[in-house]
Amino acid sequence: MSQLEIRDLRVTVAGNEILKGLNLTIEQGKVHALMGPNGSGKSTLAYTLMGHPNYEVTGGEVWFKGQNILELEPDQRSHLGIFLAFQYPVAIPGVSVANFLRTALNAHRKAKDPEDKGMPIPEFRTLMKEKMDLLKMDHSFAGRYLNDGFSGGEKKRAEILQMAALNPEFAVLDETDSGLDIDALRNVAEGVQALRGPNFGALVITHYQRLLNYINPDVVHVMFDGRIVETGGPELALKLEAQGYDWVREAHGEAVISE
Amino acid sequence: MANKKKTSPRVKKATVKKKVAAKATKPVTKKKVAAKPVAKKKAAPKAKPKAVVKKKVAAKVAKKTAVKKTAAKKTVAKKTTVKKVATKATVKKTATKVASKKSVASKKSVAKTQPKKVAAAKSAAPVAQQPRVVTRAAEPEVIGAGKTPRVITRGGAAAVQTKSGFPFTAEQIPNGVKEAAFLHSYRQSAWSHFESLPLPSTNDEAWRRTDIRQLKRSSMQIVDNLPSAQRGALPAIPAQLLKPLVGEGHGGQIVFGPGETTVTLSQDIANQGVVFTDFATAAAKHPDLLKKVLGNVVKPEEGKFAAMAGALAGRGALLYVPRGVQVEEPLHSLLWGPGAGLAYFSHILVWVEDGASVTYVHEAASPTISEQSMHAGIVELHVGSGANLRFVELQSWGEHMWNFTHERARVQKDGNLDWIFGALGSHLTKNFSEINLEGEGSLGRMSGFYFTDGDQHLDHDTQQNHMAAHTTSDLLFKGALEEKSRSVWQGMIYVAPGAQRTDGYQANRNLVLSKEARADSIPGLEILADDVRCTHGATVGKIDPDEYFYLLSRGIPPVEARRLIVKGFFDPIMERIPFEGVRQRFQQAIVQKMK
Repeated sequence: MSQLEIRDLRVTVAGNEILKGLNLTIEQGKVHALMGPNGSGKSTLAYTLMGHPNYEVTGGEVWFKGQNILELEPDQRSHLGIFLAFQYPVAIPGVSVANFLRTALNAHRKAKDPEDKGMPIPEFRTLMKEKMDLLKMDHSFAGRYLNDGFSGGEKKRAEILQMAALNPEFAVLDETDSGLDIDALRNVAEGVQALRGPNFGALVITHYQRLLNYINPDVVHVMFDGRIVETGGPELALKLEAQGYDWVREAHGEAVISE
Repeated sequence: MANKKKTSPRVKKATVKKKVAAKATKPVTKKKVAAKPVAKKKAAPKAKPKAVVKKKVAAKVAKKTAVKKTAAKKTVAKKTTVKKVATKATVKKTATKVASKKSVASKKSVAKTQPKKVAAAKSAAPVAQQPRVVTRAAEPEVIGAGKTPRVITRGGAAAVQTKSGFPFTAEQIPNGVKEAAFLHSYRQSAWSHFESLPLPSTNDEAWRRTDIRQLKRSSMQIVDNLPSAQRGALPAIPAQLLKPLVGEGHGGQIVFGPGETTVTLSQDIANQGVVFTDFATAAAKHPDLLKKVLGNVVKPEEGKFAAMAGALAGRGALLYVPRGVQVEEPLHSLLWGPGAGLAYFSHILVWVEDGASVTYVHEAASPTISEQSMHAGIVELHVGSGANLRFVELQSWGEHMWNFTHERARVQKDGNLDWIFGALGSHLTKNFSEINLEGEGSLGRMSGFYFTDGDQHLDHDTQQNHMAAHTTSDLLFKGALEEKSRSVWQGMIYVAPGAQRTDGYQANRNLVLSKEARADSIPGLEILADDVRCTHGATVGKIDPDEYFYLLSRGIPPVEARRLIVKGFFDPIMERIPFEGVRQRFQQAIVQKMK
């Protein structure tokens, strides 16, 4: 069962507790949006789910496909079907998009079958072209060094391209909409929508309603001070868009002071 | 990459020249002395009247500074030029402040600080050794390759003093071809320099970071003096090493095995007048040519190991391309040096006449064993006017080998040299590589890659000399270091007075993959012309944890993620090497070294 279940997650970064007992369950095939003011811990949650070493888990569990993924290395989490679209994708100089993707795809194949010899090159080329077309990307993109000198929009598209190629069962999109113009936003959102289905769940972290106009989330959460404080349907995002976060602070600010 | 320290100032015109004294007749001496904060204290000699204080940046050790006493011939000629430069040398000036604190204390007399034993040997040499060389040269016995095998007995106490502990004797100078008297006299002369030159020590600036005291000099035996049965029992050449690294096939190949040398050259190329053969054949068939080329670019007296190689090189290759001839297929030579306690000596001569062009790949290789062996070599390259030489050198010695090479290229007017170094092997390497851009409009490019592991120590000492106007040099050396290995790169761009409109570039980038590995990177500029563009940069970095995490997050396992980052790091240098075979070999080495 590939639902993602976060139980009482506590995470510390450089000695500061950022996640303070977070609970969240995302059922298989559902897309949840996660909103919240700056500093509430959204990106910390994203990195923690992927296993970034700077985020120290001090308590809690995250269950996915029968495993507590907090016990797994980042590459093992990826093999299990988890994907993180980075808010700030990292440049890998000297490694082309195609080379990188092929290495990643082959690593996934090998994780499933240690005897696997890797994806045949023609098959890989076809896959690349198909996914690049989906995201309306020029094919020359494949030959460029990954994220090296990419514009903000190109980086985000490259993230979605990787997601489309790796075909995860659960993806975290960390502010994938930030820094995108309207056209790029639509392309990226369409790319995500194309993956939607009964075997694809996602946590979409965003500040803005506009992304959610394209990706209609099943559930919307509001995060504040390291916890999920509000949960609702798409109307919750509209409320935030209209009213901002003041009402959230008023309702839940006491918790901050009391700690 | 995360660069711990980075220095890449763009220096347009930069030389700080201190007051020039009138004494133009001062002896011509050129010496680099770098001050290291932790260096032993040296007695501060009196300030020299003339000193060009030159910036040297060590990426690893902070505040590495250098003082250069420049030869009179270089500085006196264009005083006005130099002064003009000084006013614009803002970058240099800041460097000078740092330098001046340490530099005075570090100025030192090399001769004074030599270990006493070596100094004694040096002073004794002219008296004690000169006659000996002559008498031995007169001995009729010839030690041909494989002809008169015999076991060499170790040198006694006297030999230790005069030859710095190496057991070689003048009788071992190869002398296979009687008619080539010039060759023999060249070797005899080299031998006398070998005997008189001191063994380099860490007191010599060029050797300051490379300590060769652990070389078991007295147990080295020249491979040609092994009994033939023993030589025959040495590991054979792996077929893989004979495969073409460049293009579809070889136009010619020279293979130096432990026992014999084989030479092949396609008839088409031979018909073009190209000579590509070993020294013995060259001495017999093309003595005038060999005489013209031999010792023309590198002098045996330039160093102990140059002299050793000059005197003793039984493995010599001559490539001569006549005027205007375009050699289409690449040429290849392999120096195979297996075995323990053996000394190999090689001498590569390349002479490309005006308007000619050729690609030549030379590889030195051996399997790794636990005992030491050594190699000393000379490489001399001449690129004529409008000629093109692409020279690829692969150093794949076993990790037991102590490797010393002196290499220089001379490029004439509008000539073009593309020089590629790949260094993966040896226990210790000290390599001197130099480009002399002698003709206007000449271009020299040096591309180096190295990858060390274990306790390897590779020291590349490069020099780009702009001797004429409108010359261009472009050097990029990139290295990765695993385990406890160490690399040293020290480079110098020199622009001679009057060499205007030159463009010099040098960069050294290192990726340190282990806490115990260390890379020293020391660029240097010495510019005595006022209308030049010189740029340099040196970085020592490690794998960026964010890059690493990014790759892991995509399912790439840790070992592979590191390899991918290393491959990416080397990609810019691989792009300069349009040879699939060379690139593949290097990719394989990355996989092997990063287990």
